[in-house]
Amino acid sequence: MSGAWLADSRTLAPPARRVVRVIVTRTLGAYRLLTALDAEGPSRPRPGQFYMLSTAGGWGGGTDQRPYLPRAFSYAGARPGPDGLELDFLLEDVGPGTRRLDQIAVGDGLALVGPLGNGFGPSAGGTRALLVGGGIGAAPLACLARERGRPTEVILGFRSAVHAEAAALFDAARVVTEDGAVGERALVTAPLALALDRDPATTVFSCGPPAMLEAVRAMCAERAIPAQLAMESGMACGYGACFGCTVPTKNGYVRLCVDGPVLEGDSLETCLVGEVPL
Amino acid sequence: MSAEGAIELCGVPLAGPLLNGSGTFDAIAARRAFGDALLEQFPFHCYVSKTITVKPRAGNPPPRLWEVPGGLINSIGLPNKGVDGFLSEDLPLLAELPVPLCVSVMGFSPDELAVLVERASDCDEIELIELNVSCPNVETGLVMGADAGETGAAVSRLRPLTGKPLIVKLTPNATEPAVVAEAAVAAGADAVSLINTLRGMALSPRTRQPWLGGRTGGVSGAAVRAVALAQVFSVAARVEVPVIGMGGIATGADAADFLAAGATAIAVGTESFRDPAAGLRIGAELAGIRAATAAEEPAHAASGRRAPA
Repeated sequence: MSGAWLADSRTLAPPARRVVRVIVTRTLGAYRLLTALDAEGPSRPRPGQFYMLSTAGGWGGGTDQRPYLPRAFSYAGARPGPDGLELDFLLEDVGPGTRRLDQIAVGDGLALVGPLGNGFGPSAGGTRALLVGGGIGAAPLACLARERGRPTEVILGFRSAVHAEAAALFDAARVVTEDGAVGERALVTAPLALALDRDPATTVFSCGPPAMLEAVRAMCAERAIPAQLAMESGMACGYGACFGCTVPTKNGYVRLCVDGPVLEGDSLETCLVGEVPL
Repeated sequence: MSAEGAIELCGVPLAGPLLNGSGTFDAIAARRAFGDALLEQFPFHCYVSKTITVKPRAGNPPPRLWEVPGGLINSIGLPNKGVDGFLSEDLPLLAELPVPLCVSVMGFSPDELAVLVERASDCDEIELIELNVSCPNVETGLVMGADAGETGAAVSRLRPLTGKPLIVKLTPNATEPAVVAEAAVAAGADAVSLINTLRGMALSPRTRQPWLGGRTGGVSGAAVRAVALAQVFSVAARVEVPVIGMGGIATGADAADFLAAGATAIAVGTESFRDPAAGLRIGAELAGIRAATAAEEPAHAASGRRAPA
């Protein structure tokens, strides 16, 4: 089943914002995991796709009278439940929008549009999949690992022990931290290099901060290993309307929301596209 | 106006008064994201294309967006395929939309505008042409739309080139947009639309250098609504042609305000970023407001007050 599903990397969204209910919130170290019940949306989003999120009430009026625009989040998990699809999102408070979402409580309304964008595709012919995540970038890899439905090698890097708690989203993963509090003291590129040397017949699936993603891209490019990179950029709409989330590629600018957020490593000169303080 | 809200805009019948602001809704990309469900619930009564230029443009370097209180600043830079790419690749897809099509064009000189108007004029799929004059004329260095003389001269040059209605999109970054509007109408414009975005700037909180790749950008959203309403009111009082009002419209009540201020039609822009179906919601809310107003009218008549014609 998963094979056919992986061949189609985009599930279409209903053409309107809908309000769903938050059914679970859970602290996961430095992050918050919220689960919403999406009864009306499509039942099979693709790992790597994202939703535009805002709170149904109180969106605005925070720091600097923001937030105003919805925020883009890859979903971290999706399970069919008795009342509809249960969707997980991993949040980190980094700005007025993420702060307001972080405050959402069980029973509150979550406004969303999605799923949007192109998710991860299948591994290149016959190669094994290797998932490499950094920080909150672990989120889209968690649902990808689960959907593959078989043991998949996962390498996760975090700043510290409190961030590394997000590894709980995975059945199994090799964890490294910058301070060595959990697992080896390393960046993900160290175990990644070893894994690629051991078995170069690999497709890398990665998501993380721009500097990490760029290191992964460069390492794969050097070894001619295919990489599917889930990138991030500030977005206003998420469906191609605003042309705001543009990133440079070898073929010129592309809109990350409709042409990504997952891009082939080969199509990129760099993943260093700047910060997103939203 | 019919009970359903149908209007005629420069002779083009529309099922209702709602347009999209140019550059705020890419119907082709939206169809990729939402599929043909978008066509069944299309949020506007007339579709306005992103602005087309003679040559292809990549647009401004990122970052292109910054959120401000009640809105955003964008510095997109009019990326487009150029007129050849637009007519061959995009126009056939836009012709599949269930509403009339208006094409927005911008030239860096009156000659470039003339090329664009002539090319658009040859296409049966295009019912209306909007002139984006919020750009510098490379021959004079003046922003065409900020100057009544420049705007009037451009419209005079273009008027004989097409039988299609010409809409002039006014910039709010002018001393007196109503004077520019008068010049456009005197030169033969069939309608005016306003407001375009207000010039704005944001600095990186870390470096205190301009955040946007284009350094400055245009402010839109709820933050500009009061400015837009005042400009629509003053322009509508000065010209006889239809006014298409826009600027932060997010609810049916906002739309009713712009219509009451003298607009014939209204456009939704930034609110569509927050909800792709914003146009449908605003249209439904506006219909509700009108129905409630109509229900009150017999009472006015009975008390001796005349209902509006």
